[in-house]
Amino acid sequence: MIKFLVYIAIILTVLAVGYLVRVFELASSLKGKKPEEVTEKDNRLMGRIMLAFVIALFCFVGWQLKSYGWRTLPEAASAHGKDLDWLFNFNMAILWFVFVVTHILLFYFAYKYYGKKDNRATYFPHDNRLEMIWTVIPAIVLAVIVIYGIKTWNTITAVADPNSQVIELYAKQFDWTARYSGTDNTLGDANYKLITSTNDLGMDSTSKAGQDDFIVKNELHLVVNKEVEFKFRSRDVIHSAYFPHFRAQMNCVPGMTTMLHFTPTITTADMRKNPEVMKQMAAINAIRKQRVIGDADYKPGDDKPVEFDYILLCNKICGNSHYNMQMTVIVETQAEYDAWVKKHPPFYAKEAAPAPATPAAPAAASADQKAEKAVASK
Amino acid sequence: MSMENHGHQEHHGSQEHHGDHDEHHHEESFVSKYIFSMDHKTISRQFLVTAVIMATFAMIMSMLFRLQLAWPSHHFAFINWILGDKMGKDGVLEPGMYMALVTIHGTVMVFMVLTGGLSGTFSNLLIPYQIGARDMASGFLNMLSYWFFFLSSAVMMASFFIETGPASGGWTVYPPLSALPQAMDGSKLGMTFWLVSMTLFIVSSLLGGLNYIITILNLRTKGMTMTRLPLTIWAFFVTAILGVLSFPVLLSAALLLIFDRSFGTSFYLSDIYIGGQALEQTGGSPILYQHLFWFLGHPEVYIIILPALGLTSEIISVNARKPIFGYRAMIGSIMAIGFLSFIVWGHHMFITGMNPFLGSVFVFTTLLIAIPSAVKAFNYITTLWKGNIRFTPAMLFAIGLVSTFISGGLTGIILADSALDIPIHDTYFVVAHFHIVMGVSAILGMLAGVYHWFPKMFLRHMNKKLGYVHFWLTFVSAYGVFFPMHFLGLAGVPRRYYSNTAFPMFDNLIDINILITCFAILGGLAQLIFLFNFFYSMFRGPKSEQNPWNANTLEWTTPMAHTHGNWPGALPVVHRWPYDYSKPGKELDYVPQTVPLAEGEVDGGGHH
Repeated sequence: MIKFLVYIAIILTVLAVGYLVRVFELASSLKGKKPEEVTEKDNRLMGRIMLAFVIALFCFVGWQLKSYGWRTLPEAASAHGKDLDWLFNFNMAILWFVFVVTHILLFYFAYKYYGKKDNRATYFPHDNRLEMIWTVIPAIVLAVIVIYGIKTWNTITAVADPNSQVIELYAKQFDWTARYSGTDNTLGDANYKLITSTNDLGMDSTSKAGQDDFIVKNELHLVVNKEVEFKFRSRDVIHSAYFPHFRAQMNCVPGMTTMLHFTPTITTADMRKNPEVMKQMAAINAIRKQRVIGDADYKPGDDKPVEFDYILLCNKICGNSHYNMQMTVIVETQAEYDAWVKKHPPFYAKEAAPAPATPAAPAAASADQKAEKAVASK
Repeated sequence: MSMENHGHQEHHGSQEHHGDHDEHHHEESFVSKYIFSMDHKTISRQFLVTAVIMATFAMIMSMLFRLQLAWPSHHFAFINWILGDKMGKDGVLEPGMYMALVTIHGTVMVFMVLTGGLSGTFSNLLIPYQIGARDMASGFLNMLSYWFFFLSSAVMMASFFIETGPASGGWTVYPPLSALPQAMDGSKLGMTFWLVSMTLFIVSSLLGGLNYIITILNLRTKGMTMTRLPLTIWAFFVTAILGVLSFPVLLSAALLLIFDRSFGTSFYLSDIYIGGQALEQTGGSPILYQHLFWFLGHPEVYIIILPALGLTSEIISVNARKPIFGYRAMIGSIMAIGFLSFIVWGHHMFITGMNPFLGSVFVFTTLLIAIPSAVKAFNYITTLWKGNIRFTPAMLFAIGLVSTFISGGLTGIILADSALDIPIHDTYFVVAHFHIVMGVSAILGMLAGVYHWFPKMFLRHMNKKLGYVHFWLTFVSAYGVFFPMHFLGLAGVPRRYYSNTAFPMFDNLIDINILITCFAILGGLAQLIFLFNFFYSMFRGPKSEQNPWNANTLEWTTPMAHTHGNWPGALPVVHRWPYDYSKPGKELDYVPQTVPLAEGEVDGGGHH
């Protein structure tokens, strides 16, 4: 019934507006005016609104810089990320300049030269010198942008340091698995045809290099100031491994291995003490605190305070749960990392252990022995 | 092609079912006149009305997912009302449906509205009119072009009514996601509908495009040299060439995808384990699809923006009462943009693991496009300088386009830089960039065209005041929606996320999303004003004079009636370029192209 009334109301509104417009048009034609004709008064008004608009636009943009700017990603936590941030700011400085100048010109001209009844425009069909200026100057500026850009790109995509730590990131709908290459720093072979319910990554048990590999879910641990080389695989569809804080991203494509390397430079603990991050986290926790659990919009836990963490997200549409495919990244010192590794026996040791979920100390020990054996046998 | 039997006139005035009944010459039935018409003007109106309806659908889709993004999982009666209990249970958008909405919104806007709708409407209307031809080279192919377009749109919308829902892998439908029905519901029957729809669309686009090219090359009237063509025609010409060269590549991409989906081939598939089993397909590459797709996909964005720029060039010049500044440079930049658009597709694929050297080549070619684009922007601004600007609603939209073309184009410089693309690829920064530079700009250009040529299409004027309100609300909300999205992107928010609630780091961005959605709703409501104005004025708007804007181009030399064959008598003869506005020594501030050059007068546009 209410729906019916809503439809009726909509139809009546449209009709009413229609008749109103009709009345206005008839009234103005009775006065001898053509309603469609643009008068000088219209021109003046529109010209002024043009000017007001550009001022409002600049205010709006400035307001956004002030109130949104500090919520963008904090300081880059990787070596190349700092270069990228510098390059970004350098380019943005040029772009802001062009944006402001062109908009002032565009809207100021629109205001200044609004049509007046007895005025006549200046016939100015072309000017080779002017056109040369705005072909050559953008070309020079773009040349600078291209040179800096490609230089940075080449540094980032150069071959990884042979000493960098090799880690595989394996993507599937809808989670990430990391495979550490173990003491030999070499990943074992894998094949999608070997995938079973207990061998998620399709690891080849006959591969020597794979004997010391260990796999983890949920948490990716990295050593600060040590370059890491990721090898990406995907089991089903294209995913994209996106590390926003490290300014790094690479697609994971089924049927091929893609690669990416970067050096994390700030530990998670240090990043939590970064003033920028602290300000953001304080704002986030204030928002979370106000949430009312039981409200349709919030699930249990949404009101709990959180700490800053680096994160790995999926950034290529991969299915219905694409929006929740994540892994926490922890950057720590070598000592902390070594302690963590101790808790993670190689995959094949783990398979033999009775309770693989929470490996007990003996299993870890046997893992170490096995790893040593693997190295020795090389 | 016979051009002879065009002596008779058709009265159009008001449409059939309307009050004062016009007398009709009954040589043509209703069906051949309004449905299976071969007349370029009718086909143009068919394209426009279809595009307006499709744009309305696409806009409603965007409202639905914007509500979800601003108020995740909130119960909205509106969502339930539109989508029903299956896709919007309790008024909460279902994740699969969210994906479907963004996918179909993108596809409909890019292809149905801004390719079919924009080129279809204005190429059909203006090419014969502005070059002085009786009709398109082939009226029959032209009619087929519309009906394939119509079928394509119908199939696309029909996919909302199948059990597993429409395609939902994003408008780019990358395999393997789109190739594997096991991967998501949207890759089942809905994806087949999408591919069928796109195939029909490509047929439509090719038939139309070939027709436009041939008509422009062969049917120009006496005196209409290529350098006396209005910039609209140049833009349509280059656009049609781009379409003819690139759409077949999309067809091949789609065809191979159909093979992978239905016949077990492995063009795009390799080493996949899904749904508990390892697939047999091996040796294919998903990246191959991306190369094929973007070989169309990048020219496609210029197929969208060039006609809008062409319309803008004409409208700005007419209403500034000044010749367009740098006519030859404008033609040159249209051609440069057209050519370069074919060698930049790789910038969509910087992080697919492509060879870094190849990446740097694409950086270089992509940034080259900024040069002709900058030339165009500066030329528009200079055209306004010392003009005598008449702010018709069309002129407002055209100036709006120049603004969004600049501000969206500038962020393109960041994204084209492969290094800078790494951290913002596929984030909201990209969404902001392409919506402003090609979405908003092209829509503003299209609306400018509708307001400007409405008298030519429907013989009546649209309401000016409603047009003003429509423009300002649209323009303000366009910036309100898309400018803040840059900040979301710089905060690392990926696009195509059903909700950002799974990541606490995005919690303090929710107010940005709410602001965006509020502007989106405002912008949506503003379009209601347009829809009302459009349909109302079609039947009841004030009747237009023959040349309401005092313009120079040929379409305004025909009587305000839908004459079959366009000119009742002989075809007009062209004596000058189309931009003689406010020429010194002339009494009026415009000189139509049909006026012979006075003794000793120099033609503009570089005819020295």
